[in-house]
Amino acid sequence: MTNSSEEIRKKRPHTIIALVEDRPGVLNRITSKWRQRGFNIESLAVGHSEKPGLSRMTFVVDSDANAEQVVRQLDKLVDIVDIRDISHEEIVTREMAMIKLRSTKETRSQLIDIAELFGANVLDVSPDSLILEATGDEGKIDSFVTLLRDYEIIELVRTGRVAMIRGADVSHPELPAEEQYDRYPGVHTW
Amino acid sequence: MANGDKKEYTGAQMVMESFLRVGVDTIFGLPGGANLPLYDVLPEYYPRIKHYTVKHEQAAAHAADAYARIKGTAGVCYATSGPGATNLVTGIANAFMDSVPLVCVTGQVIRALIGRDGFQEADIQGITIPITKHNELVLDVDDIPRAMQQAFHIATTGRPGPVLVDIPRDTLQEKGEFYWSDKVQLRGYRQDNFAPDPNEIQKAADLIAQSERPVILAGHGVIISRAYDELLKLAETANIPVITTLLGISGFPGTHPLYLGMPGMHGMYWNNRAINEADLLIGLGVRFDDRVTGRLKDFAPKAKIVHIEIDEAEIGKNVRPAAAIHCDLKAGLTELNKHVKPKERSAWFEWIDDMRRNHPSITIRETDEVLPQYVIDSIYRETKGDCIVCTGVGQHQMWAAQYFWYDKPNSFVTSGGLGTMGFEVPAAMGAQVAAPDETIWSICGDGGFMMTMQELATIAEYNWPIKFAIINNGTLGMVRQWQELFYGNNIVSTPLKNPDFVKLAEAFGVKGLRAERKEEVRPTIHAAMEHDGPVVIDFRVHYDENVYPMVPPGASLDETIEVPATETAPAQEVKA
Repeated sequence: MTNSSEEIRKKRPHTIIALVEDRPGVLNRITSKWRQRGFNIESLAVGHSEKPGLSRMTFVVDSDANAEQVVRQLDKLVDIVDIRDISHEEIVTREMAMIKLRSTKETRSQLIDIAELFGANVLDVSPDSLILEATGDEGKIDSFVTLLRDYEIIELVRTGRVAMIRGADVSHPELPAEEQYDRYPGVHTW
Repeated sequence: MANGDKKEYTGAQMVMESFLRVGVDTIFGLPGGANLPLYDVLPEYYPRIKHYTVKHEQAAAHAADAYARIKGTAGVCYATSGPGATNLVTGIANAFMDSVPLVCVTGQVIRALIGRDGFQEADIQGITIPITKHNELVLDVDDIPRAMQQAFHIATTGRPGPVLVDIPRDTLQEKGEFYWSDKVQLRGYRQDNFAPDPNEIQKAADLIAQSERPVILAGHGVIISRAYDELLKLAETANIPVITTLLGISGFPGTHPLYLGMPGMHGMYWNNRAINEADLLIGLGVRFDDRVTGRLKDFAPKAKIVHIEIDEAEIGKNVRPAAAIHCDLKAGLTELNKHVKPKERSAWFEWIDDMRRNHPSITIRETDEVLPQYVIDSIYRETKGDCIVCTGVGQHQMWAAQYFWYDKPNSFVTSGGLGTMGFEVPAAMGAQVAAPDETIWSICGDGGFMMTMQELATIAEYNWPIKFAIINNGTLGMVRQWQELFYGNNIVSTPLKNPDFVKLAEAFGVKGLRAERKEEVRPTIHAAMEHDGPVVIDFRVHYDENVYPMVPPGASLDETIEVPATETAPAQEVKA
């Protein structure tokens, strides 16, 4: 591998996915670790996973520093069932954006044309505004927003990246059906 | 042990019932408004569970910390909400840095007031997130047994650490069904189901067999894992010299011919040179802290590294190991010992012996003054090392590490990672409760002693026969040393205007002694040992003594400074 391609690799933001307990304070614990090491979280998406009681998070963090140490520290948190950096894996990523635009009779059809070009949906139409919804990787959302900058954007909201590994493999190891502890804590552990 | 039993209890009773099930019989703490229900049920459970009332919550945390270190099970402390809980913070951070299993149970304001700036409310869960292994705010009384069970499990398994359980006062008073599961259910915490990797063990054994100049660097892991015998066997079988970190001290017999003492910032000169000369460094339960390694990129440049460590995140954090064994140290060493063979290394030992002869790091210079090193040495000689030593942080701590030989396993209790001044007083309390038949010597700095000396009242109340040796040089010695060496001798705020420690002790009802002249030192130590009760000794030592050898901050181990020639000259007067 040449130096330059290695550099490009390094500079790519880290995409990190985690399976976490769905309870209060979890996000606080995780962000506390990133903060302590001086990482800035560029985006964060959280939602329920296919497993009851567990949420799945996707982080994108800035890439100058080595994230490996933080990921290993995060893996130690009791509320994190599993966490991994998938930046260098074959993944698909998506992001969703909603954009509220000022529109007039003249511009409405132009905006709808652009929306169609990007496979975006029109969510709301009023006499002087409309809301568009686009889904895609960040590059697509970025170009979509760039085109719309010619018009008046009233508000823009983006969800942040969600990511998944390609193929049939699971992102996180299967959880054991039942825990294997067969002893009492605190009594004879050392 | 009742498995899956169901019975109705109040939340406070549930806490106590949980203690009984995990084998807790000792609590250090202080009552307050929000944890009153916990105190209300104490008489019910006495004497199965004993509670020691301290004067300040920080002392409860440190005492429980030292108790845990000596005993090898979790230490428990209680504090009330708000200021009670925040007073624990230093103690929790101390336990976190030194991997000590601590379970803190704090009272919280009633549920209706949480988040509304209630009287004595503090978000202690939020505050302690970065300094606990785990913490939890329990809002449902039925969750208490689960939370307590998990707290002890998390605190004591894997790499140990502090866990805080915060419970509102009304939850403690509420009644609920006590359900004690026979299994800990934690899908995000699986630490103890791993065995040493046979490939890595073989790799490590091969590296040991090939090496001509190996050293063992043993850390706190040896003591936490109680792997003394295994370490001794490895060292003796493979014929490898042993260096212990500050927290590894007393993990290997101090007078053993293979023992070389401490490395690093105030380590022995020969150790720092040996580490950088070695072709193999065997790190056992260590995290290669900056005080040990000096400038990291020049640390052990010729050595391959074998690292046995229970915390996977520590492997490869500071140094890249050639063989990495991720497991409990005792298990790892037991496995490794099956594969190591004796080997002659006389050239290496000659090199080390030459180094020791030509660079004696710890000779006490001849003088009529009372040198702090002489005081530590005298305590060692008078006690014959038959005691547990607790220290605070600073010069006295380094001298206690350098001039005392710890043959007894786990007989040195000190604040390593966090470097908490004032640890020495409450730590001695915890150590005494954990080991009632041992003599506890608390070697104190005069600065640190003043931070926690209110606990003399506790010590007098329980009549713990602890011997406090205040190394009184009238200055925050280590800080003064840095001012002298690295801040152009600009002595600011380090001279101390101390009270009369003898009178102070007497005011608390504790025997006070003083040694001002060299010939008084040993008789005074002897008198303290004869006294059946707590004693405070004020050793008036030479105020300008510095700790050597020293690796300047940011320098490499090769740049270790031995005692400079000027140190033996008469001390100059320093203006406050």
